[in-house]
Amino acid sequence: MKKTVKIDPDIWELRLYVAGQTPKAITAFSNLKKICEEHLAGKYRIEVIDLLENPQLARGDQIVALPTLVRNLPQPIRKIIGDLSNTERVLVGLDLRPLRPK
Amino acid sequence: MGSRVHGKSAKKLIFPKSPSGIKGLDEILEGGLPTGRPTLVCGNAGCGKTLLAMEFLVRGATEYNEPGIFMSFEESAGDLIQNVASLGFDVQKLIDEKKIFIDFVYFEKNEIEETGEYDLEPLFIRLGNAIDTVGAKRVALDTIESLFSGLSNETILRAELRRLFRWLKVRGVTAIITGESGINSSLTRHGLEEYVSDCVIFLDHRIDDQISTRRLRVVKYRGSLHGTNEYPFLIDEQGITVFPITSLKLEHGTSNERLSTGIERLDAMLEGKGFYKGSSILVSGTPGTGKTSVASSFAHAICRDGKKCLYFAFEESPSQIIRNMRSIGMDLKPWVDAGLLRFHSSRPTVFGLESHLAVMFKTMQDFKPDVVVVDPISNLLSVSDEKNVQSMFTRLIDTLKNQQVTTMMTNLTHFGIEEQTQVGISSLMDTWILLKDLEAEGERNRGLYVLKSRGMAHSNQIREFILSEQGISLIEPYIGMGEVKTGSARYIQETIDTAEAKKHEEELERQRVKLETRRKVLDAQIAALQAEFETEKSEFERIMEEEKQAKHAKRQEKNHLGSMRG
Repeated sequence: MKKTVKIDPDIWELRLYVAGQTPKAITAFSNLKKICEEHLAGKYRIEVIDLLENPQLARGDQIVALPTLVRNLPQPIRKIIGDLSNTERVLVGLDLRPLRPK
Repeated sequence: MGSRVHGKSAKKLIFPKSPSGIKGLDEILEGGLPTGRPTLVCGNAGCGKTLLAMEFLVRGATEYNEPGIFMSFEESAGDLIQNVASLGFDVQKLIDEKKIFIDFVYFEKNEIEETGEYDLEPLFIRLGNAIDTVGAKRVALDTIESLFSGLSNETILRAELRRLFRWLKVRGVTAIITGESGINSSLTRHGLEEYVSDCVIFLDHRIDDQISTRRLRVVKYRGSLHGTNEYPFLIDEQGITVFPITSLKLEHGTSNERLSTGIERLDAMLEGKGFYKGSSILVSGTPGTGKTSVASSFAHAICRDGKKCLYFAFEESPSQIIRNMRSIGMDLKPWVDAGLLRFHSSRPTVFGLESHLAVMFKTMQDFKPDVVVVDPISNLLSVSDEKNVQSMFTRLIDTLKNQQVTTMMTNLTHFGIEEQTQVGISSLMDTWILLKDLEAEGERNRGLYVLKSRGMAHSNQIREFILSEQGISLIEPYIGMGEVKTGSARYIQETIDTAEAKKHEEELERQRVKLETRRKVLDAQIAALQAEFETEKSEFERIMEEEKQAKHAKRQEKNHLGSMRG
């Protein structure tokens, strides 16, 4: 079943929670950047939150694992944990189906 | 420091413990949980893990000035606060005072997608932040195993949990980690006991015969002594209470003070002084032998001395006991009104055994009685099996002895096995009074023996035990011709004896009268003889006088004749 990319008029608001510049955090960020460029070019905003600097946010945003990617917009909120190395799962998690299935 | 590596101080230095503050638990743990180390509390759903963890924090915050963090993986802070409010804990207040911090870790498997490597650093960050915020010394993680259902990468999870427990130790917080029991009788579903191995406490909630009993067991406590049995515990409006409350050792003091039994002749059977203060007394007997009467009469005597008596009635209501005792001339009502006598009456089946024990302890702590009466203990057998009842009473008696409270327990026995207690506690008792039906010649009478009484020379004789409007009396039964007679048999025998005695007395009287008569006769004869003798004597004297006069006359005549010749 083919489906076109769900085009949302709004900007996608993504947050990546990390704790310092760990290898996992760097991997996750570069993976995310790649996916966004490919699927959401020009329609996304990534905010990186370092919990070492804002520890209260771990509680406030119910973060359990790191790295965690949170899609705040569009609603509903989606959470993806891990280094985002499995692109397909990230797309499923973000509700972004790939244009060309493998 | 080096010079103190001996004796008790060394022990303390090597192994510091933090009292949990939970009633009874610290005694079993010989001081408390290992300070700065995690303790695993596991058990089935609904066994009280969360409450134990919360009470550990609340007691820490309120009694030991040790603030705590509660990290909940199952219930929200609001739910938790509400749930433990029923235990009398005002957690909201402690949160406001920054003594307790609740962090609810929420995650929903459906909302989370896993892609690749991750760690649980946020839990460390959250905990670390919370610990720093309130200066926490205690931490509870409830139930961290929930992570296994939310996250699928078990390898990561296990590595992270191992890291978390190590981190807790480094932080030096005393922690309770709860875990749910596995199906295959493993302590926890996901093998948490592999990581938390310093101290493991197992909670159990069993239903036997529709009555629930909660039990606690210390599975292991590395490097420390601990009680190894299963201990019943109770959750009520004052939190968790684990029994025994007091020590397990036989080191209670003994008293030489004596207490009157309330029955004069029974006192006489016990060296004339009665029971020892702080001793335990068992009154056993078949139905209708007067166990409650003996117990009430003791209570009556205690109150008369201005002492306090607590009466646990498991068979009759207080008003019924008061009414019944009036019929034997004993009015207990004034003592109740004066606050010296308190009845605590409940059906044995209303709660489980440990609840009974707890209620009894609580009432005792509240009332501080000198004497406790439990009437009857045999009814509690309907609640649980023999072994449990026995262990309950062992603990009860132990506690009471520690507090120098005299205990009287009544026990219903059955015909033929009077000298046995079903609950097997006779060996715990210092004094054992046996009430027995003596059946003979178509009637039943009550008999009373003192089967044993430690530390005193007690009577070995049977007494007939009589209940009348004048109260309780003990009388010596008729003993003669090698048999013991009681009741009307005794009465008849006594009547016969009286008649015989009377007859005998009459016989003696007759003999006496006869003798008297004989004496009178003899007296008369003696008098007659004497009179005869007197007569003869006076006759003789008259003759002698005449003789003398005749001689005198003759001499005068001779002189006269001489002068005439002269």
